[in-house]
Parts: sequence; C-alpha cells; structure tokens
Amino acid sequence: MDTSSVTPGGEACISERQNSILTAGKSKTAIHCADDSLAGSVSQRACVFCGARVVLNPVTDAVHLVHGPIGCAAYTWDIRGSLSSGSEMYRNSFSTDMKERDVVFGGEKKLAACIDEIVEKYHPPAIFVYATCVTGMIGDDIVAVCKGATRHHNTEVIPVESSGFISGNKVVGYRAAALALMRLITPKDGEQIEKTQKLNFLGEYNLSGEMWLARRYLAEMGIEINVAFTGDSTVAALKQAPGACLNLVQCTGSMHWVAQQLEKEFGTPFMDVNFFGAENTAESLRKIARFYDDPTITARAEALIARETARIRPALERYRQKLTGKRAAIYVGGAYKAVALIRQLRELGIEIVLTGTQTGKTEEYATITSLLDEGAIVVDDTNPAEIERFLIEMKVDVMAGGVKERVLAYKLGVGFVDHNHDRKECLAGFDGAVNFAREVYISTCSPVWKYLRTPAGGA
Amino acid sequence: MNQLLECIPEGPVEHTTGKINPAKTCQPLGAMYAALGIHGCLPHSHGSQGCCAYHRMHLTRHFRDPVMASSSSFTEGASVFGGAANLKTSIKNVFAIYNPEIMAVHTTCLSETIGDDLPNIIKTAEIPEGKAVIHVNTPSYHGSHITGFSGMCKAMVSYLAQSDSPVKKSQMNVLPGFVNPGDMREIRRIVDALGVKMIMFPDTSGVLDSPLTSRYQMYPDGGTTVAEIRDSGNSEVTLALGAFASHDAADVLQEKCGVTGIPLRLPIGLKGTDDFIMAIKDWFGFEIPASLTLERGQVIDTLIDTHFHYQGKRVAVFGDPDHVIALTEFLLTMGMVPVYVLTGTPGKAFEAEINKMLTDAGITGARVKAEGDLFELQQWIKEAPVDLLIGTSYGKYIARAEDVPFVRFGFPILDRAVHPLMPVVGYRGCLRLIEQISNALLDRRDRDCLDEDFELVL
Repeated sequence: MDTSSVTPGGEACISERQNSILTAGKSKTAIHCADDSLAGSVSQRACVFCGARVVLNPVTDAVHLVHGPIGCAAYTWDIRGSLSSGSEMYRNSFSTDMKERDVVFGGEKKLAACIDEIVEKYHPPAIFVYATCVTGMIGDDIVAVCKGATRHHNTEVIPVESSGFISGNKVVGYRAAALALMRLITPKDGEQIEKTQKLNFLGEYNLSGEMWLARRYLAEMGIEINVAFTGDSTVAALKQAPGACLNLVQCTGSMHWVAQQLEKEFGTPFMDVNFFGAENTAESLRKIARFYDDPTITARAEALIARETARIRPALERYRQKLTGKRAAIYVGGAYKAVALIRQLRELGIEIVLTGTQTGKTEEYATITSLLDEGAIVVDDTNPAEIERFLIEMKVDVMAGGVKERVLAYKLGVGFVDHNHDRKECLAGFDGAVNFAREVYISTCSPVWKYLRTPAGGA
Repeated sequence: MNQLLECIPEGPVEHTTGKINPAKTCQPLGAMYAALGIHGCLPHSHGSQGCCAYHRMHLTRHFRDPVMASSSSFTEGASVFGGAANLKTSIKNVFAIYNPEIMAVHTTCLSETIGDDLPNIIKTAEIPEGKAVIHVNTPSYHGSHITGFSGMCKAMVSYLAQSDSPVKKSQMNVLPGFVNPGDMREIRRIVDALGVKMIMFPDTSGVLDSPLTSRYQMYPDGGTTVAEIRDSGNSEVTLALGAFASHDAADVLQEKCGVTGIPLRLPIGLKGTDDFIMAIKDWFGFEIPASLTLERGQVIDTLIDTHFHYQGKRVAVFGDPDHVIALTEFLLTMGMVPVYVLTGTPGKAFEAEINKMLTDAGITGARVKAEGDLFELQQWIKEAPVDLLIGTSYGKYIARAEDVPFVRFGFPILDRAVHPLMPVVGYRGCLRLIEQISNALLDRRDRDCLDEDFELVL
C-alpha cells in the first residue's frame, strides 16, 4: 500500500491557519495568535495543568500533590531539569490516583486523606494541590479541602486551580500557578517583611544550574538574590519575596503578572532581563547595575562583562567560523525565549529563517518579526506538518525547540538544539553562550550527517 | 546526606492512600501506542490537548521517534456541552488534512466524565469512503496504560476483524502485547524461521524504530494494515502473548470469528520462548528448524557459563504485569531469588501467578503486589536490601538512594537509548538479559572490591 506522508505542500496546512503564519517584511497584518487549537489538529500545545506544574514544581521542599487520575502525575514526574541545592522532595510524584468511585462520589475525602498522610510522613512546609480535568469537572472543592487542611495541620496547603480543559494554552496555567504563589508569599496579618537591597529573580527555573550562574555574576557585582521564582526555591525563601527591592523577570510569559502583583502589593519595581546569549547577559547586567545607581556596582559589572566577553570570544569565534551561513529554525514555548534565540544564533553567524512559539502574544510577535530578515517565516501554535514543510522549504540546517521537535528535526536530517525545559546544559550567561554554540555546532556539524548523502544512505 | 533518601521517612510509616512515585500511567497512553501499530493510523485523543501532548511526549522520550496523534482540543465549552461536536469536527479535519487510512479514537477522563457516547458520535460522523474510525473507552481512572493497550487491541478486533473466508486460512495471529518494536521484529524472525504465515497486530516495528532518511513520513512503512487486521478473522489460531495486554482481544476474536485463542505469557526467558515456539509447532506441526535449536542451545550454554555471577542473588522486579510475570519466570530459571515483585497495574491475577511461581520454586517470604507504587518498593528494599533491581527508568531513584545495581527493563526507559531496537523476547532476548544482569552485578563488584580482590578474569 502506498502511504507516503501527507503532502508537505500547502494542502497539508489547515486553511484556517493561514492567519497564524506570516512572512517577515511582506505581511502587513498582525499575526493571529492565542487562538484555541482546532479540533482534530496535531498541535504541539499542552494544557493549563502543564503550565501550572512547570512554574511551581521547582519549589524544592514543597510536596506537589496532583489531585486526579494517575496520568497527570506520571507524565509530569521530574521531567524538568530544575536543580536543587537542598531538598529533593519536589522530585517525588504524589497523586491521589482517583478511581471510578472517586469520580462518582467525589474525590474530596480521598484528597483530604492523602494530605493527612503526606503531612504525617513528611511534615512539608507547604503542599501544592493541583486540580486536573476530572476534579474540575466533578466539582471537587479543592479550595475548601485545602483551607480545612491548612487549619487542621497548621501547614500551608495551597490549591492550584489548573483543570486542564479550561484552556489549551499553558499561559492560563501560568496564571493559576501565579495565584498560588501570591497566596503563599502574601504576609499573614501582622507579619512584617523588611525591605532589603536584595532582588528576586522571576521566571528563572534553575535549569542545569542557570540560576546559580546568574547568582555568581550578581554576587561579583555586590548584589544578592533574595529568591528565584521558582528555581531552587524553598517555601521559607519565597515568603521573604516581599523584602526585595527589585524583581528581575526572565520568562515573561509565566511571570509578568506576578511581577505586576508584587509591584502593586509591595511596591517592588520590576525589569525584564535576559541571560541567554553574551550580548543579552551583558545588557541585563548593565540594566541591573543602573537600577542600583552605585558607581562601585557599575564598575564591577563593567569589569565582569569585559573579562567574560574576552574570555569566551576565542571559543565563540571558533564556532562562528564553522557555523556562518547555516540556516536555523526556532520553535519554542514562549516569545522571550524566541527573541533570545534569534539574537544568540545571529551572534554565531546563523541566519534565522523560521520562528514560532506556542504562546506568543501579538505585540511579542511584532518584536520577533522586526528582528528577522525579510522572507523569514513566523508561525503561531504550529503542527508537525507545517514544521516539516518549512524545514524543507527553508533549507534549515539546525532547529532549536523542545522534545517533540527534536525527533522530527532529526528524521528530516536537520540538527537540533534543546532550548526547552529538558535541556541538560547550562545555556545562560557567558558560559552558557559557549555551551549553546557547542550544542549548535555538534548537532549541525555531526560527522554522521555525511553518511546520509552517500549512496548507501537512505536519502 | 543523600537527599533522595528523603522519600522514605525515618521510622515506621504506613502508606494507605493515593500513590507516591507511581509504577503505572493512564489508559490513553497504551491505547495510543497500540494504535501506532496499525499502518497509516492516526491515533486521536478525545479530550483536552494536554493529555495528547503528554502521551506523545512520553512515547517520544522512550522511543526517540516522532509520535503523531491528534486531539479533540476540548475547551470549557466542549466540557459543558459535551464533546460530540468536537469529535465530529476532528474526524472531518483529520481525514481532510492528515489523510490517514484509519483513525483510532480513545477517550480521556474528561470525555468519560462528561459521558460522550462515542459509538453514536462515530456512527453519525462523516467518514470518507474506504476509511475507518475505531474507538475504545479509556477512562484514566480505571486500570493502567496496559488496560488501555488491551482495550485498543480489542477495538481493532471488534471493529475490523472479519470471518469471510469459507474455510480458515493456514495462518496465525499473534497479539504481541505492549512490547518494543525490536521485540516485534524478533517475534517475526522466529515465526518466519518456523515458516508460518503470521498476522501480528499491533506491530510498531517500522513505525517507532524507523530509519533516518531525510524524509519525514507521517505514516511510516511499518504497522499492520487494516486489510491484515480484517483478515485476522480468517486465521486458524491466535497466540495471545500476555494476559493483561492481549488475552481479551484474543477472546473477542474467538467469540466473533471463531479463531481459536491460545493464551500464553510473553516469550521472555527460556521457558517463555520454548512455550511460544512449541505452541506454534503443536498447532501447525512443523519441525523446529536447526537455526532455532542452535539459538536455544546457546542460551543454555551461556546460562551455565555465567550462572555463578548471579545465582542466589536477591532481586527486586517491577514494571508492567506481563513483562514482570515472564521475567520472574526467567529469573527463577537463572537461579535468582525474586524477593520483591511489583506492578502498578491493578489485578489480583498478577499476585496469584507470581506467588504460584515463587511457591513452586520454594521461595518464601517474598513480597508480591499488584497496584503498588515505588514508595512501597523502596520501603521494602530499605527494610531488607536486594542485590539487584530490575525495572523502568523510574527505578533509578531507588537504585541511587539505596545503592543497588540496576538493570533497565520495560516501559518507559527515558534515560537510555537503543533499547527499543534490542529485543528482550526470544532466545536472543535471553542472551541480552543474561548479559545485562551479569554486567550490572560484575560492574558493581569491580567498582566496590578492594584492590587486592580486583581481578582481570571473572
């Protein structure tokens, strides 16, 4: 039977998606985004629960209890590379493992029993209780159960209202997580948290120790991180969040709202930073120094930037020589990451011919489009057929994305660099710029590729 | 302090409700995996997008190959008013855009809780001529991924299998169970050597172990064709490998089309492989070819050459029930002592079968549990240690915390590669298991022994 793939031409694309794709320099209209995915599409998107879990799970000493059938807990068990310097509690998987009878009669009792057992066993400083599709559907009142448990056990039991079906957009889950965080850090009546000269680092998940690297830079400048949201954080440290004098925001999708809340509630100003790529890192460190308005800090920042830039220049130059003229595609979750990647790949002499995100907003797409050369393609919430089509049409050499794009790119003979939560290499800061260049290089220039093009290969 | 040890608190603890570190996942994943073993099939998840994304990601992490599936993309509206419209639109869109031969729909806890009536929705949907839509109900709050796999196999039979030949054909069906594509290839190699015509379904070889060709095929060359599954109703006999994943589908095939079903274990280990080959020989009456006799002899030779490396060692095994049952049998053949045997899938039959094997082998005091979790397994190991742990990647936390040698086996394996292509079934699978188990124990010995005990020849 002939079963060649779906024609990778225009037919493979859903016509209703045409507004979700545009060409830089040519299209006049804004991209259509944040739509719900079509029924029947092979989307790369996830759900509300997924978004909430990604944001909260790095809180290391909390117990993360998923209230639902087993799958939701199983698929999110320690799949993100957020590192901890202390507790490893967050890497265990807790589920109420709902059964048929719980669905019929309600799962509140079982949830309460699970919380009791967890408190008795582990005495965690906080338990995050995640709602899932079913618990939302049958109307389990997790807020009430958590309230009761908090009172009963004198420990924080915090509901996360993350029923998957509310939206196919992870951003809605980020908000659910943000609400839970605000609930955790808002001081109780009478509590007073003193302002310090420290800063919070929002939207930094300490993947491969990236927060630790930023902490080193800041320490050298004479600035201390109060707490990161949420990489390598603890419940106690998060409660000190109102004491910061500044909030840095890295992953804007997940944390802008939190930053706005912190400004409203505690008067803490915030600024966007980006530690991906040497240029971005330098720019961010200068921005932070400007905030402190202290000549010593500024001088230290400049010294650090000069030293590190000089240190990594030879390595980057070596990679740039190998990579100049290669063509790259980017498909990532949030827009901030896409922007960072565009700049980083450019630094390596690579041309970006395709960029897409799962959750970008209209104004973010405008930024992306303005950064790209004419003719580059921009897509929102794409699917494998589109990715395939563009990778081939645009003659892409290397793609940056997540786990689902990795295997697809490989099959097409395209190199790949993981810039998702699965990454195992520190990609932030000056050292990260070199690591990133190496990752791009080893995948783009793997000696294996040449065997594809021999008669014995399959191509 | 080893922070991973935190999982098991100090002092006596009782674990009575919920799961801590599960040893199973939910039904839809199994249904999706089974559906991928049909040629030209697009699995479809009837629920919200997250489920579909998670299943694809989980399968992709194990197989390191693209996994395609569509979703009904439920949002709040569908959840309130029912998902019928979403499914009908999905069916229309899927055939218009992705053009599969067949669409295999499974439900999720969301659509199950809403109560969508799938048979009726599918009946009234627009399905293009010559195309098929099958479905299975896979509420995540029941059973496990193995239950979902079994359900999708049953759906293949009840939707597709036909008994339309006047006499049964001299051919055999094999239901291979939730095994890797490498295992399915090995089953085919053995059956080919025996000279029997076989319809194996599902068959993910050529789908999830496909070569890199610089060309992406949404529907790779592998998989059992719809025509073959239809024709399975005309076969004389079905070998159903594994009680939990395959026996139900064989029963339905027997009932529906009068094909004799022979329930077997997975052909993992010497006896399991012997039983599989003998069942074929007994039915069709062929001689066993010399090539297979040779392979069997090599396994026995290797077992004797290596028995002193592992005989008498205490071992803990966990994973999917059919895998664990078959492997426990082989561990007993190897003279090892399975002291903890656990599966996350519910089913008292698992406990009964393992307990009988252990009793027959004269092993007492073992702990055997269905529907258990890895908290319990770790607690047992902490109370009385083992020499070796065998199981999925999730065992690595226990292996590290309790400092136990570890052999990866079953699904999922997320931290190692190549395993989907290397069979654990058949005689070749025996050799691989012997090698992995011996090496794990010997590597540990080389690592831990004193300089004066460090030896070149072992």
